[in-house]
Amino acid sequence: MNHDLTALVGRHGGDGSRLVQILREVMAVEGWISPPTITELARLLHLSRAHVEGVAGFYAFFATTPHGRFRVLFSDNVTDVMAGSHELRKRMLDSFRIELGEVSRDGLVSVGATSCTGLCDQGPALLVNGHAIARLTPARIGAITSLIRAGSPVEQWPDNLFTIDHHVERKDLLLGTELAPGAGIDAASGRGRAGTVAEIEASLLRGRGGAGFSTGAKWKACAAAPGEQRYVVCNADEGEPGTFKDRELLREWAPLVVEGMTVAGWAVGAHKGLIYLRGEYLFLLPALEALLEERRRAGLLGAGIRGVPGFDFDVEIHLGAGAYVCGEESALLESLEGKRGIPRNRPPYPVTHGYRQQPTVVNNVETLVAAALIAARGADWFRAVGTPKSAGTKIHSVSGDVARPGIYEFPFGTSIRTLLTAAGATKTQAVMVGGPSGVLVSASEFDRRVAFEDVPSAGAFMVFDDSRDVLSVLDNFAHFFAHESCGFCTPCRVGTTVQRQILGRVVAGKGSRRDVDELLQVSRLLKATSHCGLGHTAGNAVLDGLTKFRPAFDRRLSSLDVPTFDLDAALAPAREATARDDAGAHLDEEGP
Amino acid sequence: MTDTPEADATFQLDGHDVPFEPGQTILQAALAAGKYIPYLCFHREFHPHGSCKVCTVKVNGRTGASCTTPARPGDVVESETEEIRDLRRHLVQFLFTEGNHFCPSCEQSGNCTLQAVGYDLGVTTGHYVPLFPNRPLDASHPEVLLDFNRCILCELCVRASTLVDHKSVFALSGRGIDKHLVVNAESGRLADTNLAVDDKAMSVCPVGVIQRKRRGFLVPIGKRTYDERPIREVAVDREKEA
Repeated sequence: MNHDLTALVGRHGGDGSRLVQILREVMAVEGWISPPTITELARLLHLSRAHVEGVAGFYAFFATTPHGRFRVLFSDNVTDVMAGSHELRKRMLDSFRIELGEVSRDGLVSVGATSCTGLCDQGPALLVNGHAIARLTPARIGAITSLIRAGSPVEQWPDNLFTIDHHVERKDLLLGTELAPGAGIDAASGRGRAGTVAEIEASLLRGRGGAGFSTGAKWKACAAAPGEQRYVVCNADEGEPGTFKDRELLREWAPLVVEGMTVAGWAVGAHKGLIYLRGEYLFLLPALEALLEERRRAGLLGAGIRGVPGFDFDVEIHLGAGAYVCGEESALLESLEGKRGIPRNRPPYPVTHGYRQQPTVVNNVETLVAAALIAARGADWFRAVGTPKSAGTKIHSVSGDVARPGIYEFPFGTSIRTLLTAAGATKTQAVMVGGPSGVLVSASEFDRRVAFEDVPSAGAFMVFDDSRDVLSVLDNFAHFFAHESCGFCTPCRVGTTVQRQILGRVVAGKGSRRDVDELLQVSRLLKATSHCGLGHTAGNAVLDGLTKFRPAFDRRLSSLDVPTFDLDAALAPAREATARDDAGAHLDEEGP
Repeated sequence: MTDTPEADATFQLDGHDVPFEPGQTILQAALAAGKYIPYLCFHREFHPHGSCKVCTVKVNGRTGASCTTPARPGDVVESETEEIRDLRRHLVQFLFTEGNHFCPSCEQSGNCTLQAVGYDLGVTTGHYVPLFPNRPLDASHPEVLLDFNRCILCELCVRASTLVDHKSVFALSGRGIDKHLVVNAESGRLADTNLAVDDKAMSVCPVGVIQRKRRGFLVPIGKRTYDERPIREVAVDREKEA
């Protein structure tokens, strides 16, 4: 089993900080990471075995117990569920006669669930051995099932299964501006390093990942921080359910992303850039690698870029392995260093102590696209669009109950109603702006505007019409946060699970008014005491739901004002012990 | 920020001036000044960890973990308010909910930081529905018993074994609510690690996970550290002695 581990580790220079990349390759070859493999990797990398086991056990795409030779993971995002993923999943499970999470007896296949795969505009979607398949239908599920049963290697499956559609529905400032390769770089080197930072500052560009920190201030702080090396990191770990704008940016607009990184590298004095690409976007990797090679050949990456002495910059791509928390910049850095993706204590911040404890700029994909264009077109060009506090445009990933799901670029300050109209939404009940960690907006608020000063957004725009059950949507989000909590801090580790449990009781019609109070209390705890943004925002949707959709909760509560107890569920162990599951072994729902 | 030279800098903790040295966090400065803030994952010999969040305070109106928040001159810190004590109470209840904690039959009762902090905060019930996780014991080692049921995931044993003992006997694996302690052996058994009874990792567990065998109940319940005196006195005295 371990015959090629030495070679694999050798290809990574025996570097323990490449552990996540190494484990990805082990998964691809062996299908799981066995105990002897962990021992051997630890020996080869001079790491403790327990450390390697800890990293292998952290990421959802790593398996430390055997999975099927075909590991199918259905996207469990709410838009996939709305599009029928659970029915399709059941069809596949029934076909293989297995339960969710179970491995077939012949070891051929296992079927599980994964968080949003970033294909919400063309769901339902799944991953098979890490490869994404979108637009699932009963027919496509049938084809996949047959291929698995035939034992055909995924690499040899028909190409049309893996096609990912483009849905760019509205272009504005960023998507509609052509840029000759190198134009941003030339303008930046013409302005000088400090001049480039000043131009970005003057543009009032703020980070597009959600927090909205001034990009210019970030670059300035990184440039000023003492260090032996500086780094530019592109955060392409687009894990927020309902967000897929970076997926599109990393295709047609990938040259702008790399150009933005190069401009940032020049501005802060970094020679190395890293793209942290979420594992779900494996299908983007070959084209991105080809682009980097092409830019090296064109003198847009490498030493002495565009003939400017000292302008040395190159880019390397790292793949994630299924961990939403790694979208948090310091957790992302830990993951880049081959560790568990645990957010760091701050201060110090990445601008002074980032990748390998060196000054590091971490920017969102969309931020870097904007930076490349600002470098070429100037701060005034950018600042002229948007609002005074939110300059420029925002790229929205619109999904759910709309006629035309896809990417929509609108100036900041555009109303939610305008977006809904553009996407062809009707009878809209609610919109989740910014994804599960964002703001749940009700119909009475559709004239509010997407901007940092009103409804901020990291890009997701999930639309729910009046046929949808808001509580089921919130229940889906609660499961998501419990699944994705890294477990570092008490409030998020336990609170997200407690939130899921209580909400589950309410959704099942077994909740009481006390449960509603408990949900308020838990979301307050999450916000006040969590370690990072994941925990801070994990109660947002439920809190918004309780505020704006209270009748939906009240309708579901049992009439009792006291904690409820599910007597029938409590009898389950007794039923199991006596091998009974007949009607007589159950309590009547209506009571005696 | 004020112009006070850093050496004589102070912040306010519940209305009292607390002096601090450059580089100290709020919790470190408070303990040094004889003021108690409840904590579980903090240990004076290690870099602040910031995971249990029981030391949460309000700094200029914003909540944060006092063990990792740097002390700054003039900051106004609230700790012993009902609001903050309520947050801490719920965090401790989360920990009781998450593990399997049966104080009356626990060898650690009276010496347990979780129990003592619970008493300090007036925790009388677990409040939430217990998760009752399945966490088998590891009794493989001839001298040491591991009872994972009591683990609060503070990582003190991980830190001590890695940084002091240089053995990395312990680490964490899994994530979220499934996060758990693992030992450095392919068998997963403590007996197959190089843990020794005089390792630092043996003495840092704030609860009762790491137990010496054949030492049970040497001190009777009722006569133990926190049976005699509340943790807020013990913790401050320990700091003075250190």
